[in-house]
Amino acid sequence: MIPELHLPWMELSILITLFGALWIRTIHDRDKAYRSCLLICGLVFVTSVCEWIDFESLHAFEARDHFHLFELFFNQDIFIVDELSAPLLPLAALLYLLTVLSTLKTKGPRFSFSSTLLSESILLATLSSRESWVIISLLSVATLLPYLEIKANKQSTRVYVLHMGLFVALLVIGGVLSSFGEAGDSISLIAGAFLTTAALLRSGIIPLHCWMTDLFEKATFGTALLFVTPMTGAYAVVRLVFPIAPDWALQGIALVSLTTAVYAACMTLVQREARRFFCYLFLSHSSLVLVGLEMATPLGLTGGLCVWISVGISLAGFALTFRSIEARIGRISLVKYHGLYEHTPTLAALFLVTGLASIGFPGTVGFIGTELLIEGAIEVYPLVGTAVVIAAALNSIAILQAYFRVFTGARHTSSISLRARTSEHVAILILVALILGGGLYPQPGVTSRHHAATELIRLRGAVLHEPTAAIDAQAGVSKTPKAEPPL
Amino acid sequence: MNTEAVFHFLGVCVVVSPTLLLALFGVTSLIDRPIGERLMAYATQTMVMIGLFAAIAILALMLSLDIRYVPIELGNWVVIPEQHFHFHLKFIFDRLSIPFCILSFVLCGTIGAFASRYLHREPGYNRFFVCYAIFLLGMIVSSLAGTIETLFFGWELVGLSSALLVAFFHERLNPVRNGLRVWSIYRIADAAFLIAALMLHHLTGAGDFDGLMGTGSWPDGHATISEQHALFVGLLLLIAAAGKSALVPFSGWLPRAMEGPTPSSAIFYGSLSVHLGAYLLLRVSPILELSLTLRLAVIFLGLISALFGSLVARVQTDIKSALAFASLTQVGIIVVEIGCGLRYIALIHIIGHACLRTLQLLRAPSLLHDYHTLENAIGSHLSQKLSFWVRFMPKGYRIRLYRFELERGYLDALIDLLILRPFLALFRLCDRLERRWTNLLSGGESRESDLIKPHAETLEEYL
Repeated sequence: MIPELHLPWMELSILITLFGALWIRTIHDRDKAYRSCLLICGLVFVTSVCEWIDFESLHAFEARDHFHLFELFFNQDIFIVDELSAPLLPLAALLYLLTVLSTLKTKGPRFSFSSTLLSESILLATLSSRESWVIISLLSVATLLPYLEIKANKQSTRVYVLHMGLFVALLVIGGVLSSFGEAGDSISLIAGAFLTTAALLRSGIIPLHCWMTDLFEKATFGTALLFVTPMTGAYAVVRLVFPIAPDWALQGIALVSLTTAVYAACMTLVQREARRFFCYLFLSHSSLVLVGLEMATPLGLTGGLCVWISVGISLAGFALTFRSIEARIGRISLVKYHGLYEHTPTLAALFLVTGLASIGFPGTVGFIGTELLIEGAIEVYPLVGTAVVIAAALNSIAILQAYFRVFTGARHTSSISLRARTSEHVAILILVALILGGGLYPQPGVTSRHHAATELIRLRGAVLHEPTAAIDAQAGVSKTPKAEPPL
Repeated sequence: MNTEAVFHFLGVCVVVSPTLLLALFGVTSLIDRPIGERLMAYATQTMVMIGLFAAIAILALMLSLDIRYVPIELGNWVVIPEQHFHFHLKFIFDRLSIPFCILSFVLCGTIGAFASRYLHREPGYNRFFVCYAIFLLGMIVSSLAGTIETLFFGWELVGLSSALLVAFFHERLNPVRNGLRVWSIYRIADAAFLIAALMLHHLTGAGDFDGLMGTGSWPDGHATISEQHALFVGLLLLIAAAGKSALVPFSGWLPRAMEGPTPSSAIFYGSLSVHLGAYLLLRVSPILELSLTLRLAVIFLGLISALFGSLVARVQTDIKSALAFASLTQVGIIVVEIGCGLRYIALIHIIGHACLRTLQLLRAPSLLHDYHTLENAIGSHLSQKLSFWVRFMPKGYRIRLYRFELERGYLDALIDLLILRPFLALFRLCDRLERRWTNLLSGGESRESDLIKPHAETLEEYL
């Protein structure tokens, strides 16, 4: 029997965002819409944090919502939180809250608050579900919102449509085939191949990554950021591919991800514009997360899950800094030095802190995760694993290069104040507190991720090697005692 | 209170004092409430003094009690028992770490006092002291690290602060470019260090220097890994040390680092930071003992660097660059000493050289004034004797050698030509191919960002 949360936190979060999106659609005053959206995002963040605390108090691997509101419509438990998704829900809610909080009035006309809340509800629903078909449906629906925005901006949607069309088709074919196959048989393997390709396409693995750079070119920075940063592609890998793929397939995918990580890191160094730069930087980091996830070893998987959280926090902050600067001076060319430090010292500090956190600089949230990831990689591939170190080194050079280009190298003259606004300051301080707090006191986070990793590996072993045990495992009969309550 | 508790208390004081300094400067800067110059100088002075006196007290206690090795265990920062993964926070006070730690405190304290006056009312005063605090913490953590992961932690802090300080005058282009160059070299060195650290972790099952170096405190430890492993790991550590200490072929960053303010040039690139690579080699010297090939590589690199530094220093036209290459010469000799197994001599050499070079670099801004005073005192210009070699070397060779020295051995040019340009050309080609691909898929121009003009700073420029 799966334990229950004390309140239906997940369903509440999803319903609040859904109804919030409908309500904001009726508001025509931009300021009022902004305030309402902020309120709703704040509320959702609180409920998702409560869900996490509630879940941790249960000391279980997984739990379901209390009132089963959605069970009335779907006749089964749709939303189940487990150790993998429990911290991802507040992380996603935080990302939306900070994005809305740091949205300046100048961005108002192009950035739709209603669509943002709708995409948040889809994301929260995706992260709250474990059923293959629910995940496939939600991942497919989520691709519509950026499409509508690009179309509304009167830009070419062909690159995006071709890639996302392929993504949805692969997901659906993989989903259909997997429902016919048994664990380990050839149909299941083919289904796994389709689902893997779909998940890798969504994660932007080369050579299927061009949709991501195109999205950053054509959609608003906020929308592109919210579409890629939660790493739903990695989530799809863990939920759809990880349980059924054999070790050799996972390690093969890890090598492809590693190649992407190094390639994207190299590409960051030749970018001429900030959005594309961020896109490649993110691609490199998200590929490193995939490398960890596909190691299928406790150490590598723990590293991958830790880096997932740290990259989520740090690169979100990094992108929000870029977005704040863009709101002041327009699209940022990296060809020239802008010298903005004197005008925006706080944004400069945040840029550096978030950038360094993403590469796993000591004392930041990414340090231990990166160490675990590298150790896991070297454990499996002693020589190839060093590519993780090379990717991290190249990313760090790219980050400082971008810092110098944006904030130094010239004396910027401006007739208006470019300093960070109070709302931006609040967003900045929240992120810095998380980055440094998680960096200085990493043990609870690492314990939690390690426990999640071992459970995922145990469930995978049950599915691949003992089909009967898999039924127990899916039903939530956990034999592994929990080491200690994380966080 | 027993002796162990006293050692523990003093050891914690040594590490916590620079940490508190960084916390104070860092937090006030992040919340955009920087503290005043006087308070910053006072805080720096207090924290350095606390750390210094605690380190001296430990040294005095160790000498009086005839103890040669004091470990300060702060427990596991992170541990995953099932995977045998632990990040152990341990600091050690031994005959290598204590002199280096005291040297760091003395020189940083001197520079802190000097910089508080030298940078008075400079717009970047606060920024300088934030970087200074990061550097101090990095140096102390590196000096006292009892595990290779802790050493890496401090090593990274030193690297970041150094790069940011080179780019201190950041409204000008050259310091910024040089800062990036320094950072790039450091990151290559860091990557080598990290791989070596993880390899050692795998080979010995722990990152603890006790485990790595076998029994016995420094310098009597004996490593327990095989010769082949020692050679592989040792070469990686040699690359790390070469990057940090600007040994050949990474020497190009050293004169570039002199773009920073004089106090930072003096302490970081002239005295402490530049010796950190040599310190690393000293710390892992039991590994060097295992492989003759490795020792020969260390000696060779040291000799080449010393020769290179000595030649290039002679033709520099500014005093800071001349001192930078003179430092390189000495660091090269120190590395040779380490390769030859003369560990105490290398340690004494580091301390003496760091103190001398700090003094020279701090006097550098008033060099011309000193020269004039000297010439006024003797009543004529100082004599300039021709080198001994001039008599033997044909003029053609002399001119070639002069050009080689003036171009600093073409090291930077070679790195640009052989590594940087092909790398950038390859990935720019990839970028162009990606553009063609997205253009093909879009059925037209797909990159809006290509049309972005650099931001116009003034109305005139905009118009």
